[in-house]
Amino acid sequence: MSSNTQTILEVRNLTATVAGVQILKGLNLTVKAGEVHAIMGPNGSGKSTFSKVLAGHPSYTVTGGEVLYKGKNLLDLAPEERAIDGVFLAFQYPIEIPGVSNSAFLRTAYNLRQAKLGKEELDPLEFDDLAREKIKVVEMDPGFLSRNLNEGFSGGEKKRNEILQMAFLEPTLAVLDETDSGLDIDALKIVANGVNKLLTPDNAVIMVTHYQRLLNYITPHFVHVMSDGRILKTGGKELALELEERGYDWVRDEDTASRATA
Amino acid sequence: MTSVLNVVNQPYKHGFVTDIESDALPKGLSEDIVRAISARKNEPEWMLDFRLKAFRHWLTMIEPTWAHVHYPKIDFQNIVYYSAPKPKKKLNSLDEVDPELLRTFEKLGVPINEQKAMTGVAVDVIFDSVSVTTTYKEKLAEYGIVFCSFSEALQTHPDLIKQYVGSVVPYTDNFYAALNSAVFSDGSFCYIPKGVKCPMDLSTYFRINNGESGQFERTLIVAEEGASVSYLEGCTAPQFDTNQLHAAVVELVAMDNADIKYSTVQNWYAGDENGLGGIYNFVTKRGLCKGANSKISWTQVETGSAITWKYPGCVLLGDNSIGEFYSVALTNNMQQADTGSKMIHIGKNTRSRIVSKGISAGRSVNSYRGLVKIGPKASGARNFSQCDSMLIGSNCSANTFPYIEVLNNNGTVEHEASTSKIGEDQLFFLAQRGIDAEEAMSMIINGFCKDVFTQLPMEFAVEATKLLSLKLEGSVG
Repeated sequence: MSSNTQTILEVRNLTATVAGVQILKGLNLTVKAGEVHAIMGPNGSGKSTFSKVLAGHPSYTVTGGEVLYKGKNLLDLAPEERAIDGVFLAFQYPIEIPGVSNSAFLRTAYNLRQAKLGKEELDPLEFDDLAREKIKVVEMDPGFLSRNLNEGFSGGEKKRNEILQMAFLEPTLAVLDETDSGLDIDALKIVANGVNKLLTPDNAVIMVTHYQRLLNYITPHFVHVMSDGRILKTGGKELALELEERGYDWVRDEDTASRATA
Repeated sequence: MTSVLNVVNQPYKHGFVTDIESDALPKGLSEDIVRAISARKNEPEWMLDFRLKAFRHWLTMIEPTWAHVHYPKIDFQNIVYYSAPKPKKKLNSLDEVDPELLRTFEKLGVPINEQKAMTGVAVDVIFDSVSVTTTYKEKLAEYGIVFCSFSEALQTHPDLIKQYVGSVVPYTDNFYAALNSAVFSDGSFCYIPKGVKCPMDLSTYFRINNGESGQFERTLIVAEEGASVSYLEGCTAPQFDTNQLHAAVVELVAMDNADIKYSTVQNWYAGDENGLGGIYNFVTKRGLCKGANSKISWTQVETGSAITWKYPGCVLLGDNSIGEFYSVALTNNMQQADTGSKMIHIGKNTRSRIVSKGISAGRSVNSYRGLVKIGPKASGARNFSQCDSMLIGSNCSANTFPYIEVLNNNGTVEHEASTSKIGEDQLFFLAQRGIDAEEAMSMIINGFCKDVFTQLPMEFAVEATKLLSLKLEGSVG
């Protein structure tokens, strides 16, 4: 990573609450183009909250700090503006929309973004051709396109469908919120392969995960350990292996010790 | 994302009053008024008798109060029961129609002219209470199809009217059916002879124009053996502060192997956001599957009216006959809807299907009320009902009142119901894909209504989708 690579995301001392409870307590993170970051940590450490705050979920209130995205204040933008501008969240629990076909949804999202970017919108036939290409990224059957959005999808299918959306929207910053949870090993490989195919020197990925196994397939440049609303430790991919072996407690102990001596 | 509460407020876009001289009878209801209406229409004696019997019966009835709706007591003596645009002269073509009237239709987006010819829809235009023009009559006549105003049919086909009027909805049926039977002003009549498949969708646009005139249409459709027809009804009305009573009666008769599809898109003035004004829509719609293997299908998209009280149903008399009801009812602000269907199984192996989608927003109340009755001789009868409600915001309500009567031990009745809420999570998910709240709302609603929209004729499906989106437009944020 050369130091003049474009910074995509700069999070400084971010604090946020949900339902009046403080979850994020001074989070710092810098993500540059071409980087893959993994955020790990125990349940309740604030990982998912962080991803939702980045996407602008209305239930979460930012109470302090700042988030710069491509040099702009991300927090000023409505969720749909963030999306159009290239921030993508792969949901931990993708939402079902009964009666809305996957392809109609994808085409609407795709065309809205194309229109906002001043690019060509596609009619249903043109879109169908594109969809048949894109769907290969996640090795899905074209039949998925005509099914209702996430309705009756298995857990694995939902997650693959999230990556399919990512393939269409070509985000600058993709946040994968526990995309590996609930996946069997084959589905995990497909999802990871899909993400790898979408990585470019100009975009970046933040993976929120509990488990090291995802990192066997998507190699992170940085692994962050999050606990109690902050990032306590940052390392390379070997840190994930160490966490797998030793758990999280030692990181917390280390942090407590360093604070005590500070 | 404050949108959930305020996306749905869109002022009525058809709020204007056409300035055409109306020829109206004085307010109030009496035998004299009933006679005057009949006389103006130059009706045969038996029709007047029918009206008078209905009127006398109506006097003995009391207003129904069982519906889950609330409104101030209606003063039936403070209503104009007949009003007609003054005919300037006998009209031979659209060119001769009052340009003011044509402009009205233009504003409404009613494509009543050459465009309509291209799309192959014949329009019987009702303006207030009198049919102004009927198109395509000649074309339809080639097939022996009669499609004209009810008044005209009384002159040209009195025997058919005499045979069928009141045969499905007798004047004793209910309070508003009795009222309609006494004072109905006009409506449509459609007759499809034996073996004829009507070559185009038949369409009627209704519009209430006179401030205080009640609108009492009467529609009768008869499909003879092996005949089939698809009938479209669409409505809008201008904005007024006084409530307008509308009590229509629609009767359908299907003989052996006949098929009638009746589709409605209704967008009458619903009152302002505080519930002031708006149409009271108390309608009796019923189809009689008289012959074996006949089929009647109702599809409705109800978005307007202050109060809707309406239960299009089917009496399944013929063996193996089929009744269907597909409905979307959207209520917003202070609107109240108590609507559903009645399926009465009398013949053997009769089948019925009810798919009802209720959408409530604002402070509205949206109730599904349905009756499924399987008679003692209806062996092998089957019904499937599905009633789904969707709530937008937290100040509206949805109710389901299913009535099931099975008097036969081998009938099958299935009822499924669900209630969902357009949640922040759905809107957030779509927002995260770059889809703003209005677009997202429209997408969710259209998905919710898909099972019904797919039943509508293509042209109406497009209109219905637009109409719901229009109702859901508004100030986001």
